[in-house]
Amino acid sequence: MSTILEQPTPETVPTPVPEPNEPAVPASKLRTLMLGLVFGIVFGFLLQKGGVAKYHVLIGQLLLVDFTVVKVMLSAVIVGMIGIHAMHRLGMVEMHIKPTRYAANIIGGLIFGAGFALSAYCPGTGAAALGQGNYDSLVMIGGMIIGAYLFAESSGWLAMKVNPIGDRGELTLFQWIPAHRSTVVLLTAALLAAVLATIETLNV
Amino acid sequence: MRQITTTTVLTLLTPAIAAAQEPTIDPLQYPGAAWSPYLVGALIGVLSMFTFYFSNKPLGASTAYARIAGLLGKVIAPTHTKSLKYFKDNPPKIGWEFMLVVGVILGGFVSAWSGGELTGRLLPEMWQARFGPDSGGLRIAVALAGGILMSFGARLSGGCTSGHGISGTLQLAVGSWVSAICFFIGGIAVAMLMFT
Repeated sequence: MSTILEQPTPETVPTPVPEPNEPAVPASKLRTLMLGLVFGIVFGFLLQKGGVAKYHVLIGQLLLVDFTVVKVMLSAVIVGMIGIHAMHRLGMVEMHIKPTRYAANIIGGLIFGAGFALSAYCPGTGAAALGQGNYDSLVMIGGMIIGAYLFAESSGWLAMKVNPIGDRGELTLFQWIPAHRSTVVLLTAALLAAVLATIETLNV
Repeated sequence: MRQITTTTVLTLLTPAIAAAQEPTIDPLQYPGAAWSPYLVGALIGVLSMFTFYFSNKPLGASTAYARIAGLLGKVIAPTHTKSLKYFKDNPPKIGWEFMLVVGVILGGFVSAWSGGELTGRLLPEMWQARFGPDSGGLRIAVALAGGILMSFGARLSGGCTSGHGISGTLQLAVGSWVSAICFFIGGIAVAMLMFT
């Protein structure tokens, strides 16, 4: 990976004294940006192939007629859950648990859901829909930027008034359930697989 | 002034009211996914293992929009933008998240182009079937409102369909499960109001 980034550096080592730290910082930053771009391209490709960048597939899910979105999400969760927890056990990755704040999660979630139905895109699938040629997603992207600024305007107040309600910190399911972490992971995976099997047998 | 606003809103809503009398539109009459949703889902699961391992980051798209909002805000109203709590805690910058969303646009294009699924239009087919072919203004208003609500909701709840719905739930974070379930409760309620 780093070999590609080292290409611009000439064979002969430049003067060692003047800029000791300069090349190192941008190189790691460039690596971060390039990895983001590559992962994004793969993600966008998969979202479009999975049909979730299409208006009727998203709305079909919310009307409980087409279950493509749930099938994509749950199979991603099953595979990612087993993989990432196994990698974590081996000390290969760090976890990134978002805080549990019941009021903010519920109110924010419902507001997000309303916008999800109105636009029929999510922040990720809307970007894939733009690549696919759905120009209305460009308007959604404009709305996302406005909405983020409006949130920032009220962030001081919300952090004081809403975030503390039901604030439980970085709570996970395996802290709640009195069983070994791996058991909880495998049981959840089995439960989600059963949900998918039920969807398949009901043929939706 | 109030009169004008009411008239404008009514004009925008007329196609919606007219279409409300028509029978429900079936989303299944349109083409579905090109690949099996299980294969795509499994590959997204593998992709999230890669982002954790190589970038030490969970897949999530909504943060990028907040970063753009902050960067634009710093150009238009620098002092005010820097005074806002969210931007103090999350300094706006072009980072991994921004590049991820740029990549998603490119990946969506490559996928649609390779599969002969490039659309190139403002109004999705199912939207036209429901609200009529002249409903461009209504679609722009609704998509804009949708974007604003999604972004606000994502920031308040702490993530979006990818950040909470996939990356958060797979880590078994309780808040992510609560948020993801609320995304669907809110979405189902509003979609039912719009289409039935």
